[in-house]
Amino acid sequence: MFMQHLADGILSGAIVALGAIGLSFTMKILRFANFSHSELLTWGGYLALIFLAFAGSFADLSASNIGPFSFGWPMLFAMLGSALATSLLAVLLHYLVFRRLARTAGHMTLVFASFGIALLLRHLVLLFWGHDPIYYSNELQFAILIPGGARVMPDQVFLLGLTILVVVFLHLFLTRSRTGIAMRGVAENPELARITGVNVDWIIIWVWVIGASGAAISGVLYGLTVQLRPELGFSLILPLFAAAILGGAGSLYGAVLGGLIVGLSENLSVMVIPSTFKPAVPFLLILVILYFRPDGMFGERK
Amino acid sequence: MIGFVSYLVFFLILALTFGIAVLGLNLQWGYTGLFNAGVAGFIAVGGYVMAILTGPSRPEVLGGFELPFVIGLAGAMLAAGLAAWIIGLMTLRLRHEYLAVATFGIAVTIHLVCLNWESVTGGTLGLIGIPNPARGLSESVLMQNVFYLLIVAVAALVAFVALERIVQSPWGRMLKAIREDEEAAASLGKNPARVRLESFVLGCMLMGLCGALYVGFIGYVSPSDFLPIVTFQIWTMLIVGGSANNRGALVGAVLVWGVWVGSGFLVSRVVPPEIQAQGGALQAILIGLILVLTLLFRPKGLIGEEVHVSRHAQL
Amino acid sequence: MSRQTQKPVLSASGIVAGYRPDLPILHGVEVAVKAGEVATIIGPNGAGKSTLIKAVAGLVAISAGTVLLDDREITGQPAHQLARLGAGFVPQTGNVFASLTIQENLVLGGIGLNRAEALARIKEIYQRYPMLGEKRHDKAATLSGGQRQILAVARVLIMRPRLILLDEPTAGLSPMAAAELFQLVRALAADGAAILMVEQNARAALKISDTGFVLAEGQNRLSGPAADLLADAKVGQIFLGQRTKAKKAAKKAGQKPVKKAAKKAARKTSKKGAKG
Repeated sequence: MFMQHLADGILSGAIVALGAIGLSFTMKILRFANFSHSELLTWGGYLALIFLAFAGSFADLSASNIGPFSFGWPMLFAMLGSALATSLLAVLLHYLVFRRLARTAGHMTLVFASFGIALLLRHLVLLFWGHDPIYYSNELQFAILIPGGARVMPDQVFLLGLTILVVVFLHLFLTRSRTGIAMRGVAENPELARITGVNVDWIIIWVWVIGASGAAISGVLYGLTVQLRPELGFSLILPLFAAAILGGAGSLYGAVLGGLIVGLSENLSVMVIPSTFKPAVPFLLILVILYFRPDGMFGERK
Repeated sequence: MIGFVSYLVFFLILALTFGIAVLGLNLQWGYTGLFNAGVAGFIAVGGYVMAILTGPSRPEVLGGFELPFVIGLAGAMLAAGLAAWIIGLMTLRLRHEYLAVATFGIAVTIHLVCLNWESVTGGTLGLIGIPNPARGLSESVLMQNVFYLLIVAVAALVAFVALERIVQSPWGRMLKAIREDEEAAASLGKNPARVRLESFVLGCMLMGLCGALYVGFIGYVSPSDFLPIVTFQIWTMLIVGGSANNRGALVGAVLVWGVWVGSGFLVSRVVPPEIQAQGGALQAILIGLILVLTLLFRPKGLIGEEVHVSRHAQL
Repeated sequence: MSRQTQKPVLSASGIVAGYRPDLPILHGVEVAVKAGEVATIIGPNGAGKSTLIKAVAGLVAISAGTVLLDDREITGQPAHQLARLGAGFVPQTGNVFASLTIQENLVLGGIGLNRAEALARIKEIYQRYPMLGEKRHDKAATLSGGQRQILAVARVLIMRPRLILLDEPTAGLSPMAAAELFQLVRALAADGAAILMVEQNARAALKISDTGFVLAEGQNRLSGPAADLLADAKVGQIFLGQRTKAKKAAKKAGQKPVKKAAKKAARKTSKKGAKG
């Protein structure tokens, strides 16, 4: 059983990690706790449905699955499309709401506005797609047996692989590209970045795009390996915050590590506590971290 | 005509009940600057304790005390206050954003406990049979409701007056001092941490009272009564009414509840029955939109913060 | 062209500015620097020296007055444009990205250029300052105070600015590091840049400067060749806030006629008593 929980923990951790990256960056650079970030995961997952349907009008979706996975090329197209569309959504929200409020009001107004936007986004999903869970495909998958007696689905292996790819890509982006370096500079000291000649407004847009894309991919992967439902994002708010706070706001590797820790502790905890209380574990993690470090893992919340 | 009056009474009972919670939140945010994102959780504590204390005996579930209404109310307030005290000790030294995340987590956890601790809370089915003291007083439902409205109105009035008094008192002035400049207040020998905790506990006791009154009226309680949207509704009431303003708290409660109920009514009239459930989402969307638009176009955002800024500006 | 008749690279006049529009710190200040010249702004605490240089750099809102860079008006330009327009600013604190490497700091300095050009200029910087080249992959946080200042200046040099603004560059440096930095500043001027500095270390700064501007309470008090200011007793009195001996008419060539203002200030400060 342990291996199974371990495997589940890593997989769940990957989903949280991808979502937490964006949350961590916006917390550091925009300096507010964005309660609507989790809804970008929901929208990412649902928007992929639209792209899938679009692709389906050109090709028979069930005809050509890639290898042992439950999906074919249309799904990859849908993922990309969803990342772009979700980024657009995030940038729109930034322009319409967050940027304006950041100029005229205090941080807590932004937090509260993000509550409102989260509510809006969640209920719009309910409005358009309804209550019931949705699955990308009805294919049955055969589990793979891995050493230790755990079973994983091929789609879950894809999840892990894609997450690793995304993290590596982001690492390269942040260290090799000038935009990535500028982003790290803005995270450390926005005023110096401005003085240096960096267009901070542009960098902020990039932060939203990267965060939203990570969220969208995470949402699609969740929809792929679990299910799509309107409470998808909401059920992940605490794990995402736990990962971002654990890893320290603004740190890519911190978010990834935080995500892993959250996923593992959630799944391993069921060996000790009743599984119905699993959702409380990330919250307990948050309490513990903040108890010892009330200003965040690396004191960034001064 | 009777129908309208009857509906108005029903409406006012709920609006004023929520108003009590808004008063509590106002103390926490408007006067003390504490961002409590877990309001629904404390209301739930009050509601469930009321149900347990005053309800009949139930198979396999804690109950059967059948205590009087007022004892139930007191118990609910104490329970909510106790929960607030414990939680406050753990979290109040956190700054704003983290306090928001922590209190949000608490509400989620309380909700989880309500869903799963079946031997106490009845699980997903909740608890039924909670006695309403007004039921025995009259044959007419309308008169019963009017009586309950009186109870709620008295409670709200008492809470209002008490808060106004507290805010003018030395303790209340200390609250303001702490909110404006904590370091200065601390250097004067005041203990900001303790005062904030006291404010948090008091505010949550009012939220517990709200839960108890709500449950006493409706007659049953279940976890779905305390979803996060309730937190959002209470906050909206506070913002619309203007924070750091007790009168505004009550006005906001009536206004926002009115919009909520009104939009629900509209939806049920306009939206075809097959998609009623989805139509319900329209209510939340409407409230969410109104709220975000209010925040955007009201240049000073949450009033509590405005006061904070302008005080510093008068050099 | 003699220094006297050259047009200034930086010309700021009538500057009214402050962190909040209803509370100006500067009340109509002017300052000018020519190419190859080192000009230093000095004055007592609270005089508005840092505010002035930040206003020129676009970080503090200017409510009145104009700033010209080589005849081009740059008043109110967003800070991130100034680097591209030829004005580089080295702030007093937080002037390097501590969590980034030296190379990355310099890369950001060249963000306004295309990638190839930026890399070429970074190479030049390494040739000129071998210490930076040796440590190029080290995080800036590992540098000493003096080394950080050099990095901060180097970052600005990538854009080959006509005007370099320095806010208290020697703050917190040992006397030796401060002397090195001043040498660096003189070398930059020798290369043709116009340099405007704010300095607490008034005497040492004036010694290596060509021109000085004395500010107090948000206004110009004295201006002129640095050597003259060094010898002028009035300067010390402005710092100490005492009544000036009225008719020490040390009106050397080039010194601005601010006697009246100085007298007024003297009356004001004597009323308020000595200021810190």
